[in-house]
Amino acid sequence: MSILQVNQLQKSFGATQVLQDISFSLEKGQALAIIGSSGSGKTTLLRCLNFLEIPDGGTISVNGQCIFDAADPTTQKEREVRKKRLHFGLVFQSFNLFPQYTALENVTLAMTLLSKETGAWKANRKEEQERIQQEGLQFLASMGLANRAGHYPHQLSGGQQQRVAIARALALKPDILCFDEPTSALDPELTGEVLRVIRDLASRQTTMIIVTHEMAFARDVADEVVFMDGGVIVEQGPARQVIESPTHERTRRFLSRYGADGEEVT
Amino acid sequence: MFWTVTRALLEGTGTAAQLFFLTLLFSLPLGLVISFGSINKWRPFHRCRIGWLSRFQPVSLLVKSIVWIFRGTPLLLQLLIIYYGPGLIFDVNIWGSSTNGRMIAAVVAFVLNYACYFSEIYRGGIESVPRGQYEAGLVLGMTRRQIFFKVTLLQMVKRIVPPMSNEIITLVKDTSLARIIAVVEIIKQGETFLRQGMIWPLFYTGVFYLVFVGALTLLFNWIEKKLDYFR
Repeated sequence: MSILQVNQLQKSFGATQVLQDISFSLEKGQALAIIGSSGSGKTTLLRCLNFLEIPDGGTISVNGQCIFDAADPTTQKEREVRKKRLHFGLVFQSFNLFPQYTALENVTLAMTLLSKETGAWKANRKEEQERIQQEGLQFLASMGLANRAGHYPHQLSGGQQQRVAIARALALKPDILCFDEPTSALDPELTGEVLRVIRDLASRQTTMIIVTHEMAFARDVADEVVFMDGGVIVEQGPARQVIESPTHERTRRFLSRYGADGEEVT
Repeated sequence: MFWTVTRALLEGTGTAAQLFFLTLLFSLPLGLVISFGSINKWRPFHRCRIGWLSRFQPVSLLVKSIVWIFRGTPLLLQLLIIYYGPGLIFDVNIWGSSTNGRMIAAVVAFVLNYACYFSEIYRGGIESVPRGQYEAGLVLGMTRRQIFFKVTLLQMVKRIVPPMSNEIITLVKDTSLARIIAVVEIIKQGETFLRQGMIWPLFYTGVFYLVFVGALTLLFNWIEKKLDYFR
């Protein structure tokens, strides 16, 4: 059974239909890359999955359980939406780290707040704090940032900030981790370290959805690729197949703008 | 003579300081409530087909009107209306005629006036925090309340320290307006010596304001320094 099943998702902003009839599924441990030009609806799709936008139509199921149905308002109550968001993690294009917290605090803040809602916090506060602290440090270490735990975001490079953001998202152990163009705001020489980290996550069977303009990266890391254009899925299939031998004319035209190495040709 | 004058002006400074601190105590939180009101997007008729009615935001409109009135009229006039108004309209002087009554009336006028100014500064501060901060909080499963207190608030505070310090320094000098309802603050004390043919005590009052504002400036510099650790 698929871990994620999206059915006929629709979203409009005013009169503009941004997503039309989006359906796809994702298997546990797989990485899905979404490619397409700006304005094709990729980011809106991710935002819908994270309930930052409420879809106008369609359903979203995680682990076979329907967590969102546009036709059923009971699935859209704010209290429940908050819990349902935790199925997904989201790494933003612009990192959105909290500037007043250190790297470690950025990772542990939400963990601490969630822990306070459980009995474990009340029963043994000290131990729970210690556990969260250790866990946060481990997540930072896995991003190669063990020695940056006490740094504030403005003291870190863009690549380091994005890796803290990835650690922060991972710390809540989402079922599916989403990336919204994770390297687009970075200087070219900093994209490598972030891509390497994501590659590493893929090799450890992290279930991911990655919106990206890095074609070579999508081809090598993703299991499946979805090509979107004008709010619809034009083509989807195994990564290598879609990127190296696309069947649709629109996909071919889009990919021809990128060279063999995935770099955009201008 | 110098000491008599100094003692009188110090007494006035005490009264001014009392008015100053009471005003801050109530107007700082009230301003935040007002700012929430003015950014409130509640639209009870959003399903209505009539354009202007569907966009009608009663809470925001009401609050913005109140802010307009308090920022749009002189504080001097507000002091007079708040102190004398109830007596003229309802025929009861709710403030009493004691010194305390005058002070309370002055505090009420100052709190309402300054809360309106502060609310606009808060609103600017809240709206200047990037939306991505709020969204990052949401995605991490935080409640709106948690996001406000744990994420947005401190960033907002950092941004509003300079405009706030401006406004608070103005408040120090505005306390002198309270003499219109016979609150004996610094200038009023200085004026009493006019009757004895001395004008220098009135000029001397400037020193007391300068010292007061000087202390505040040091405080604000310290706060700015304290918040310098993040950007």
